[in-house]
Amino acid sequence: MTSIEEKFEESKKLGLQIVKESEEDRLMTLSVGPQHPGSGHFRFVIKVDGDYIVFCDPDPGYVHRGEEKMSEYRNIIQNIPHLERPVIHDSTNITYSYSLAVEELIGAQVPRRGQFIRAIASELNRQVYTLYWLAIYGIFLGHSTMFMWPTGDRELLIDLLEALTGARVTHAYNIPGGVRNDMPEGFKDRCLNQIRYLQKRFKEYEDIFYNNPLFRQRTEGVAILTKEDAIKLGVTGSVLRASNVPFDVRKAEPYDIYNEIDFKVQYMKTGDCFARSYVPLLDMQESCYILEQLLDKIPSSGEVRAKLQPNPKGPPGEAYRRVESGRGALGYYIVSDGTPKPYRVKISVGSFRNMLALPHLLIGKRLADMPAVYWSLNYWPVEADR
Amino acid sequence: MASFPKNFRFGEFVGSGIQLIFWILVIVALVGLPLIFIILFFVQLPEINGKVLTPYLFLTSILYPQIAIPVVGNLIHSTLFKVAIFPGFTYGALIAAATIFIERKFLAKMQLRVGPLYAGKIEGILQLAADGLKLISKEIIIPSGADKAIFWAAPIAYVATAAAVISLIPAAPGWVVADIDVGLLAIFAILGFFPLIALLFSWASNSKYPFIGGLRALHQMIAFEIPFILSALSVVILSGTLNLTEIVQSQIQSYWFIFFLPISAFVFYISSLAELERIPFDLPEAEAEIVAGWLTETSGMIYGLLQLGSYIKTYALAALFVVLFLGGWAGPQIFPKELIPGYSGPMIYSATAVNAIFWFTVKTFGVIMLMLLPRGISPRIRIDILLHTGWYKLIVLAFINMFVALALIYGGVLGPGGLLVR
Repeated sequence: MTSIEEKFEESKKLGLQIVKESEEDRLMTLSVGPQHPGSGHFRFVIKVDGDYIVFCDPDPGYVHRGEEKMSEYRNIIQNIPHLERPVIHDSTNITYSYSLAVEELIGAQVPRRGQFIRAIASELNRQVYTLYWLAIYGIFLGHSTMFMWPTGDRELLIDLLEALTGARVTHAYNIPGGVRNDMPEGFKDRCLNQIRYLQKRFKEYEDIFYNNPLFRQRTEGVAILTKEDAIKLGVTGSVLRASNVPFDVRKAEPYDIYNEIDFKVQYMKTGDCFARSYVPLLDMQESCYILEQLLDKIPSSGEVRAKLQPNPKGPPGEAYRRVESGRGALGYYIVSDGTPKPYRVKISVGSFRNMLALPHLLIGKRLADMPAVYWSLNYWPVEADR
Repeated sequence: MASFPKNFRFGEFVGSGIQLIFWILVIVALVGLPLIFIILFFVQLPEINGKVLTPYLFLTSILYPQIAIPVVGNLIHSTLFKVAIFPGFTYGALIAAATIFIERKFLAKMQLRVGPLYAGKIEGILQLAADGLKLISKEIIIPSGADKAIFWAAPIAYVATAAAVISLIPAAPGWVVADIDVGLLAIFAILGFFPLIALLFSWASNSKYPFIGGLRALHQMIAFEIPFILSALSVVILSGTLNLTEIVQSQIQSYWFIFFLPISAFVFYISSLAELERIPFDLPEAEAEIVAGWLTETSGMIYGLLQLGSYIKTYALAALFVVLFLGGWAGPQIFPKELIPGYSGPMIYSATAVNAIFWFTVKTFGVIMLMLLPRGISPRIRIDILLHTGWYKLIVLAFINMFVALALIYGGVLGPGGLLVR
């Protein structure tokens, strides 16, 4: 008996099984991924009874890079470029919480202008990620226009981030102590223009995609994750907010200047695929308001980075800080033994926690619901593997 | 200073030129002339100066080109021309090629892209040729354990079946390969082969995803076959015939049937989208769910043939829509009666035929554009919703318009001696 068969037995004990034992031979085992167009760098084994999925076993680990172990052999600063590799589309946010944790360890204070620029880069990058995610959600449901539009609009934000950081996707912009360099001239106006354009486009996305009756048919009421289940399974980010839990790290544990910003936590009550796909768009709209405030309140001049010693190290101790990334809470737990290299780095990512809800949601659904449910979980396979 | 290769020899240059001429002569003699004779075999040869033109005498048309005109005139009325060129396979394949190009550019403009751009200088017009060459040059991979005979036969059968549909569609008065009295019935009989081919091919692939895709194709096509036939049936009620040419004639005598049967036209359009496996009904090829559906194991020209078949099918169903609802070739006369004013020799040009072909092509492209449109604005439908739509909603809609058609006939509006019959 293979391990998959054992897991199938386990799922039966948990009461997830639908088909009777005598009918098991009519099941067809499908390996979705890692060579499947609808999976990414990820595999999940499903068993289908006709059109219904009766078993699902997520199997991540195809892009495991050992980021946590690698971090133990490098200095605190040297860790920045490789730590953003797991999710290059959201690279500012994945280094944001690392920088926060390191700052707590070494006791650095980020200048006020630096905090604002960090928040601007973080918001822009979250939008870049979410547009990319939305594009893939579109093509997963066979809507090729919804793939092209957000991908094209994402390019404008990438240009903006390139002007700010000097790189298109892997910015290495957040470093312990602040940000690498100051904003370029005229960035504020350019950014505001871009925001206004995006706000216009979000309405068009709603018209062509979210208000499409076929999209509604495919997502409304499909794979409902109740509030209790969402909390029990430990999902985070947009998936949690879609299940009627208004939790956002920016609001719950405000970091840097987020306690000075006035914004609402966008959430929905239904917890179905539609809510999970719509909450990221609401988040992006809210993010536009946050950006407007940030650009309005930013101090006109000042330092953007605290002066650190050449090879920063802190006293022995530990720190855990998290930020709200495109996929939810993204935390770093760093243990220091007093040397310049961290003793242990543990990355807690939203993707992995959202993936754990996949079997729970997929079992009992149709095969045709598979892409809609899978990608609505806001899951980034590379980040989950780390 | 003129430059020429250092090892240039005039003798070699002349020799290669002679060689070239030799091969051209050999190819013309061995391939070209037999081909001309084979074609002439199918053509009724005219009488010139009191004696019947033989194929040998035809070669004198190199010296007297005017004797070729009646031969060409007879050629384009021969069955061979109808089957091979117009309105047969070549015309269908050309429209299919144009459809692919238009689809790519049209979709690209809709999605804020540029589409094919580089191949062939002008807006990537040769992209299709490049793709075709690429597909021909690719290796054909057959999965181990596949049923080779069916795996090879299915793509050819798919194209042949699509081409068989074309042979029944009248493109202009008299321009139809097979003008039979049960034309519409024959078309539906031929369309019934497609799910069978899809299922056979998917079964022969010996793979899981093609199998699921084949079963989906079967479910989908059967679910939409009935509303498809019912929507066409109301046309038959109005015109009183199954002959497609006579259906067009009865529309010319009254008005286009789309004005009397809008619901039927809508049902026919939706069903033909499902029949063609186009978005939103491309479930058998749903990429994110079942890789490429029943096309998963195809490679190289097998894929090319299946694509060609599906685009020829697109043309066939669009043309059928034009014939059934949009009055076929009917349209205002825009071409002049005489191509060259004052010329009164033997003529190939016929103003009515050219006009009919023009309007038929224009209408067909209009319908094809309508069929391409959903790809830009719609996501894929789910299989259970699709089956529900096919079995419950569309059949009811088709029946509603059938009753409308019956009322029009028995109310004396249409039919023999009706109010609106001219």
